[in-house]
Amino acid sequence: MSFVTRGFHGRRRDDDGRLPPGQHLTGDFPVLSAGPTPRIPLDEWELWVATEDGTRHTWSWTELMALAADEPTVDIHCVTSWSKLDTTWRGVSLDTILADVETAADYALVHSYGGYTTNLPLEDLLDGKAWVAYEFEGDDLHPEHGRPARLLVPHLYFWKSAKWVRGIELMLEDSPGFWEQLGYHDYGDPWREQRYQGD
Amino acid sequence: MARAAIPGGLSARRAWRPARLLERRVESASATTLVLDVTDWPGHLPGQHVDVRLTADDGYTATRSYSLAAPAEGDRVEVTVQRVPDGEVSPFLCDVFQVGDAVELRGPVGGWFVWRPDQPGPVLLVAGGSGVVPLMAMLRARPAVGPPFRLVYSARQPDDVIYREELAALAGTDGVDVRHVFTRRGAPVGADGADGADGADGAGHVRPPGRLRSADLEGAGWGPADAPTCYVCGPTGFVEAAATILASAGHDAARIRTERFGPTGS
Amino acid sequence: MQGQDSAENSGEEPVGGAGLDGNVLAGPLSEVFAVDITTAVGRCRGCGTSSAIATLRVHGPQPGLVGRCPGCDDVLLRIVRTPDAVWLDLGGLISLRIPAAG
Repeated sequence: MSFVTRGFHGRRRDDDGRLPPGQHLTGDFPVLSAGPTPRIPLDEWELWVATEDGTRHTWSWTELMALAADEPTVDIHCVTSWSKLDTTWRGVSLDTILADVETAADYALVHSYGGYTTNLPLEDLLDGKAWVAYEFEGDDLHPEHGRPARLLVPHLYFWKSAKWVRGIELMLEDSPGFWEQLGYHDYGDPWREQRYQGD
Repeated sequence: MARAAIPGGLSARRAWRPARLLERRVESASATTLVLDVTDWPGHLPGQHVDVRLTADDGYTATRSYSLAAPAEGDRVEVTVQRVPDGEVSPFLCDVFQVGDAVELRGPVGGWFVWRPDQPGPVLLVAGGSGVVPLMAMLRARPAVGPPFRLVYSARQPDDVIYREELAALAGTDGVDVRHVFTRRGAPVGADGADGADGADGAGHVRPPGRLRSADLEGAGWGPADAPTCYVCGPTGFVEAAATILASAGHDAARIRTERFGPTGS
Repeated sequence: MQGQDSAENSGEEPVGGAGLDGNVLAGPLSEVFAVDITTAVGRCRGCGTSSAIATLRVHGPQPGLVGRCPGCDDVLLRIVRTPDAVWLDLGGLISLRIPAAG
């Protein structure tokens, strides 16, 4: 490196066994958004899952609330280098939502109200690794953090945990989402520092 | 030093180059001006900004944009930094950065929010908080015999006013009008009256604290027919409100230029 | 301009929220273009509104800069700076009118 500003350290990169490389702990909950915050009335809200043959499954808010909920406590890691440990959520496991969905797909493209998308392998949504979450730390999600519901996939960088989730498109081939089209990693494992393509 | 017609020339603009701290001036409780030495600075227009990059010894970098606060004097350039509590960069620049140390700088950049000394017509400057910085560069670039300038400067309270003494001096200059708007608390009547930062207008009336309103931007010589170019800079909410007031008053949208820097502040 | 860039994560220095405008794109775009693109006028593919790039509503700067149409909020441009590349998407624009000497 050619240039160093003497005395500048930035946010300390913490050396904690629970933190992936290059991450630091934060006490607050930074807001990152690529657009205005969508406001979706609950009686108009809908979650859909579409399979590769065009079959579409939908859940209203009332139907989502009727599904068994989990209360996961997880660590989350943002690609902009902050992490939070032991965050608590309430939501429905994707195992429950996808239980009756027949598919041969290997990939999912998650869609949000407002137009955001993100891609990930379908298996990363299964086996207790992902939720459609609607409460954070005991309260409804804040509008800027995804109200009424967001995806929660804590083992991947947090841009995969799409806020304002509205649909999951199941596909045979991988298709890049909003940030993945612009140089971010298709998988995004924080423990392997997969921030950008090629990492 | 000869200046190019387009300050920055093209290749000069893109490069990151070292900027060494020559001097620091405390401007208010939370704002500090940094005087930097940048070798072969190409000059800039009032309103332009620079990107500042800090690099830690492990390669970590943080970049921020700051408006240039004054016309360049050779290789000396000035930025004014508002300290954000718990921020990553501004507390470093205000408190830790030492004379003789260097950051990297890219610029000048931005050709939209600029005042060109040869452009015709009066100039109405509307500042919210530290949005005064690029507007101060315009005021400082105004020639002694120049078009009329008016600065309407909204701050939370008198202690937050940046460039207070210089603004008071400028307010006594022919052709320059400076008005303060305090949103939370004005100065007691009589206090600081001499320096012009008490919210009093030219006739000695004290404006009660409160958000910017249409009356603050009106006055003889400053109507739509006078065709001032309006520069509005501040937090997003402030800029939206001020631009709406100006547009509603009939100012041509093409003469309202805006620069927003985030959702918070006064 | 006050501090609106890059990896911030608390307080009021924004890391990746709303509230910026296209003026902040001048530095990042200067890495790519030989002229100042913030004074160019872009036409929105969604609603047809023409806007100076400096007047776009900008979200970011992290994970990337997103410039949206002041008329309809559609995405007009996106910029991501990785350690070794600039990724640029101008797909939301039908055209970009760049001032040039006669």
